[in-house]
Amino acid sequence: MNDLLEINLKVNGEKITRFVPARLNLVDFLREDLKLTGSHVGCEHGACGACTIRVNNDIVRGCLMLAVQADGTDVMTIEGLSDSGEIKDLQEEFHNRNSLQCGFCTPGMLMAAAELLKLNPNATRREIREFLSGNYCRCTGYQAIVDAVEAVGQLRNGGPA
Amino acid sequence: MKVKTPLSVLDRPNSYIGKSNPRAGARQLLEGRGVFVDDLNLPRMLHVVFCRSPYAHAKIVSINTERAASESGVVRVVTGAELVDYCSPWVGVLTHLQGLKSASQHAIAVDRACWQGEAICAVLAETRAQAEDAAALVQIEYEELPVVVDMETALDETTPLIHPELGDNLCFQREVNFGEVDKAFTDAHTVIEETFHFGRHTGVCLEARGIVAQYNPATSQLTVYLSAQAPHMMKNLYAKHFGISEDNVRVICKDVGGSFGIKVHTYPDEMATAALSIMLNRPVKFIADRYESFVTDIHARDHRVSARMALDKDGKIKAIDMDDLTGIGPYSVYPRTSGIEANQIVNLTGGPYTVESYRARAQVVFTNKNVMCQYRAVGHPVACAVGEGLVDAAARSMGLDPVEIRRRNLIPDDAYPYTYVTGLPFEKLSHHQCLDKILEMMDYEVLREEQEKCREQEIYRGIGFASMIEVTNPSPAFYGVGGAFISSQEGCTIRMDHTGGITCTVGVTEQGQGSDAVVAQVAASAVGVTLDKVRVVSGDTDVVPYGGGTWASRAAGIGGEAALRAGKALRENILEVAAIILQAEVASLDVQNDAIVDMADGTERLPLSELGRIVYFRGDTLPDGVQPELVSTRHYVPKAFPFSFTNGIEAIHVEVDVGTGIVKLLKCWVVDDCGTIINPLLVDEQIRGGVVQGLGGALYEECLYDEKGQYLNATMADYLVPMAAEMPDIEVGHVETPTTDSELGAKGVGEAGTAGAPAAVMNAINDALSPFNAQVTAMPFTPERILRALGKI
Repeated sequence: MNDLLEINLKVNGEKITRFVPARLNLVDFLREDLKLTGSHVGCEHGACGACTIRVNNDIVRGCLMLAVQADGTDVMTIEGLSDSGEIKDLQEEFHNRNSLQCGFCTPGMLMAAAELLKLNPNATRREIREFLSGNYCRCTGYQAIVDAVEAVGQLRNGGPA
Repeated sequence: MKVKTPLSVLDRPNSYIGKSNPRAGARQLLEGRGVFVDDLNLPRMLHVVFCRSPYAHAKIVSINTERAASESGVVRVVTGAELVDYCSPWVGVLTHLQGLKSASQHAIAVDRACWQGEAICAVLAETRAQAEDAAALVQIEYEELPVVVDMETALDETTPLIHPELGDNLCFQREVNFGEVDKAFTDAHTVIEETFHFGRHTGVCLEARGIVAQYNPATSQLTVYLSAQAPHMMKNLYAKHFGISEDNVRVICKDVGGSFGIKVHTYPDEMATAALSIMLNRPVKFIADRYESFVTDIHARDHRVSARMALDKDGKIKAIDMDDLTGIGPYSVYPRTSGIEANQIVNLTGGPYTVESYRARAQVVFTNKNVMCQYRAVGHPVACAVGEGLVDAAARSMGLDPVEIRRRNLIPDDAYPYTYVTGLPFEKLSHHQCLDKILEMMDYEVLREEQEKCREQEIYRGIGFASMIEVTNPSPAFYGVGGAFISSQEGCTIRMDHTGGITCTVGVTEQGQGSDAVVAQVAASAVGVTLDKVRVVSGDTDVVPYGGGTWASRAAGIGGEAALRAGKALRENILEVAAIILQAEVASLDVQNDAIVDMADGTERLPLSELGRIVYFRGDTLPDGVQPELVSTRHYVPKAFPFSFTNGIEAIHVEVDVGTGIVKLLKCWVVDDCGTIINPLLVDEQIRGGVVQGLGGALYEECLYDEKGQYLNATMADYLVPMAAEMPDIEVGHVETPTTDSELGAKGVGEAGTAGAPAAVMNAINDALSPFNAQVTAMPFTPERILRALGKI
């Protein structure tokens, strides 16, 4: 169980090599081994979405994937997306509308929102609510998050703010 | 309506009061660069994991730690008996809750476990995984004891006593009797009688409780990083129970991932973690996992209220008579006690109305379930649902519209100051204005017409209202008078640096609700600087003025007023220096937009950065005897009223599928009066978040136990919380009636949404079910309960 296995992957564009125990999950690896603490652990059983990260361009629950399964993959975390500026418009809109309070769910929520806008930039409020219903937020009541995602979708389409 | 003196800070030229500025502190959270407790790692830090009781009530016969202690990476395994020398036990009582009693509680159980999940043994290792592996090797032998799980029979003579030394299972009882209740019921035209059940639920903060404690034996200093709401309260308790000097304790609350009242209590595992740091002279981290959160974070509600209301022929409420029972677990929680929720229910029920006579009894009993204590809106959701449930049932029974019965009974807007029948003083409320406003917002008549048409198509929609009051800005009457060192005053220190920027340190704490932002807006307005020149530091007991922290909707009203007073004082100090530099009269100058200006026409005379340069680097150019003080501290404690009551009304529109029992939330409206609104964006978001939390308890959330006291749904997959797909859009409106107890005039708003939502949704569901002569009064209103009410299962 504690035998160390070598993994080679890309995290936020950087090449990483580490030796990890087989049972280590991916979000713990990111947080503890790489000190990328922006991905949060809320439930450790795939329910809350706080650990949502991007692996090979798909969003996954960092608590439901083992670090060894990420061998050879390309991982993006909130830190990487922030540095690249890819979701700057989403972050701005979340900020302006106070679509976050404690901020614990926010990195995972942004990951999910970015994915939705990629898949369906014209998402309706109903579709936004459905898509984000795997990401738990205890503070906001969700409306401001839906507003922000809707607005960014419109902005990206050249529509009204 | 809003009375302001001409010189009020609220009216200053560059005032930020009433502006929807985004929170500066939110930026780092958006980039994942916040610092939550689990993000901290200190040199030589150990991880502690607790073995927890699998039984609701059991004697600890033996603990064999040998195998666990011999595992690689394990540094120490500590039992409750071993920890006693480092952490003394506590008893959760307050002297002003007369007769409230509880038993002595240890950080780690010593002889027996009193609920499933109580910590029995601590395992400390280099990594959490090692500690968890070793915890599984600790051999604990238990002898099961009889359990008390049903609060209804907790006081029966045949029920075993949880704490024999207390003589019974009664923690607290309060009875009040005002007016002529019996006569009112004898003379009544209509009597409504209902029993309401409120499910046990919990806060489910997305960031679980966490602590990193670091004891430095060289300086005898204990530094605790805590995810919590009241750092000074915890500083006092650490010192008291660890036998160390309070002056040597520092508590730091960085980012807090949700709290809602969950993180304002003393938790045994957190006390144990800090004590273990002292025992081992090393930093120790404890982070609760989700299972531990469900079985040890305080639970709340779990009330059964049997109530009746007497009304005259005109639908005027003459009397309320009620009996409240709540089971709070095996201990009253320290130091705020577990009697407050029931006490609030006794005080507040029917509070929006001109009730003449009132009788209530609340009984708080011990059970072998997890402890219960104060969670967002303490008591209000129960009191509001009982009062509003009775009012709507009366309206249905008497053929009155729910709006009309409220119009007849809400305290008139010109009746203030008003004292409620239970003795609560209301400074000034605005129930009728709020009612008028919400009817306009929701287009009430149209909704009623639509409801009729829908019924013809067998679509069952309902509209529910909840008028409510909320306790905010508590004075020392809340805890201080009861002997707890929980401060009700707040202080703020504001310092101007040579840059012209100001730094505010403040005792209220930030958990995402925006208290730092509110303090910044108030301070910027009071001093006369732009918002980008303001920094706020909170949550560090070594740095900030002594304060109470954030709870009971007090941060903006009390912390904000302290900031206002400190800012005004600093501006005076700045102007004294400016007058000397500019050889002008103090009264002819003002500070606006980062500069000294002429009061008369706003002409800029001197940038603050230039004044700062002179003060800090060229003091030699100032006349002899002039010593500038570019820092000021002011404090504020509410005194005129025990609490500053707010009021409001919520309305919810639902559609009930009578085939499946599923409730669809169509829309929600709220009109709230929290006095002066400092930041409308943050206020609206507090209300929305509060409503959704209230809806959670009303529709989905319940901590379920079996007859042996075993917790049944301790995962996020089984304990349902509101998610984006089910929640409605919530439209928020305001009436502003500032409190005159402070210049700022702000009252609290953090709990209002939660207080009213359960009542509003209950009334909406029952309105929808009215064609079937069916109703529900037991929360959460699950599809099963609705189908049972309809007689379908």
